[in-house]
Amino acid sequence: MIEVEDLTKAYGPVTAVDHVSFTVNPGEILGFLGPNGAGKTTTMRILTGYMPATSGTARISGFDVFEDSLEVRRHIGYLPEAPPIYPDMTVDAFLDFVLRIKGAPAERRPALLSAAVEKTGLGEKRNELIKRLSRGYKQRVGLAQALVHDPDVIILDEPTVGLDPKQIIDVRHLIKGLAGDHTIILSTHILPEVSMTCDRVVIINKGKIVAVDTPQNLTTQLKGGQKVHVDVTAPEKPLTDLLSAIPGASRVEVSSHPGGHLTAVVESAPGQDIRSQIAAKIVEKGWGLYELRGASLSLEDIFLQLTTDDAAHAQPSN
Amino acid sequence: MRSVYAVYRKEMGHYFVSPVAYVVVGIFLIVAGFFFRLYMGLAIEQSMEMMMQGMGTDVDVPSEVLRAFFGLLSTLILFLAPMLTMGVFAEERKRGTMELLMTSPITELQIVLGKFFASLTLFAIMLLPTALYVGYMCFHTEPRIPWALVFAGYLGALLLGASLLSIGSFISSLTESQLIAVVLSFGVILILWVLDFAVRGSDSVAGQVLQYISVIHHYDDFTHGIIDTSSLIYYVSVPVLFIFLTVRSVDSMRWRRA
Repeated sequence: MIEVEDLTKAYGPVTAVDHVSFTVNPGEILGFLGPNGAGKTTTMRILTGYMPATSGTARISGFDVFEDSLEVRRHIGYLPEAPPIYPDMTVDAFLDFVLRIKGAPAERRPALLSAAVEKTGLGEKRNELIKRLSRGYKQRVGLAQALVHDPDVIILDEPTVGLDPKQIIDVRHLIKGLAGDHTIILSTHILPEVSMTCDRVVIINKGKIVAVDTPQNLTTQLKGGQKVHVDVTAPEKPLTDLLSAIPGASRVEVSSHPGGHLTAVVESAPGQDIRSQIAAKIVEKGWGLYELRGASLSLEDIFLQLTTDDAAHAQPSN
Repeated sequence: MRSVYAVYRKEMGHYFVSPVAYVVVGIFLIVAGFFFRLYMGLAIEQSMEMMMQGMGTDVDVPSEVLRAFFGLLSTLILFLAPMLTMGVFAEERKRGTMELLMTSPITELQIVLGKFFASLTLFAIMLLPTALYVGYMCFHTEPRIPWALVFAGYLGALLLGASLLSIGSFISSLTESQLIAVVLSFGVILILWVLDFAVRGSDSVAGQVLQYISVIHHYDDFTHGIIDTSSLIYYVSVPVLFIFLTVRSVDSMRWRRA
């Protein structure tokens, strides 16, 4: 659905987007993660046809973003960082205007408007002036204009910024509900948001892509495996032997604690989840199992690692 | 085109809720009305005096009044047009809605035209009530109604308005601040006015060229009921030129850093 190839944008000496390539499959939600100034907004502006790239190509629904800009714009909805709303219009009038400039045929407009209003929970506010709405509702209007014309692709730049926790949940719910029928790119600083809503993540830093994968894969991949912590009461040597014997276990480290408990840390190869085996084996032996947890790196750790130490640790994926 | 109309509709809606529009139109009508009455009074007085001195009713009151009135109109328009266009692009940029327009399937030309026609419509609405005064006067006067003068006068006013609105529009697209837009527009128009004043009746080549460029110069003929083709061409060229420039200016926004 979206193919970006070697996209570059330079403002004189500063390269905001540096040979970026990625694809987004139809119906997918792609997260764009990166610190401020990483190039997320610039990339989105190129995709939406707002500004041209310095080099490279981007295609949406098969149309080139530069050559067929008008056609591309018919297929996308865009919510920039600051919602593009007119304070002096009512919600209804504004969405109607958006429908018109997006080229929606007259017969379909009332239905499309009602659908968008319903999806974004703006039903009660239809005839209110936008300037009288609270921040949260204004953001919803911004979201509504991005999807009102039922576009194939929806591009959202920090859609939950400034909202209260309840509103954030609603918005994430809404976005997840849109997937499948729509292809979505969303950029954010909020890391849990990415793992909660996105199918795949692109981590971008200083204009370059630093990682592309699913949130889960990223956590395992970078760690190089999983670590399992167990808290047991057991004799040390037999425990070490038992755990080492589990297929897939690569390293076992056992340490003792006051109170008679032993803590074992078992490392496994990437993708291997040996937790159930560990639990079964320990219980089989009749030992006391007090705690078992997998400790994978959170997305936060990965993000920080990738974006603060990119020289040493950057792993461009695939 | 549907997109032009969509933008036009939105702009008209904004004008209706904008206090600026009402203030501008209000000031215009108050001043225009005042002066119309003044001119009429003067002309009638003059005519009566001449009657009493036995020189016959040689004073063509309606024409005199209309000439003076349309002359005044040009001055008013020069001052008030910048206020009608100052927000046209500056506001959009400030609010971030330019990004919405420019990522929608409409061209820059459609955007600019929609806004231009809306400002022109507002301008025409502003002029309309003055037709009442003119109509009233013409209804009650003799000699016969100088239709040519009325027609030419209003046509000239509209064309002058179109030119100034297109200039103001262009200036509005250069900045995010309405204040800068209006001040700059005033400045440009003031320069044009002074220039026109300075080269009136000039015989030198430079003077003649400047005269042709002057927005006001061409209007003078219209107030005398003369519709000169060179003036018509001029008054069509100016809006076309400035609309083109505005389109380019809007396009250039795509190349500026966030």
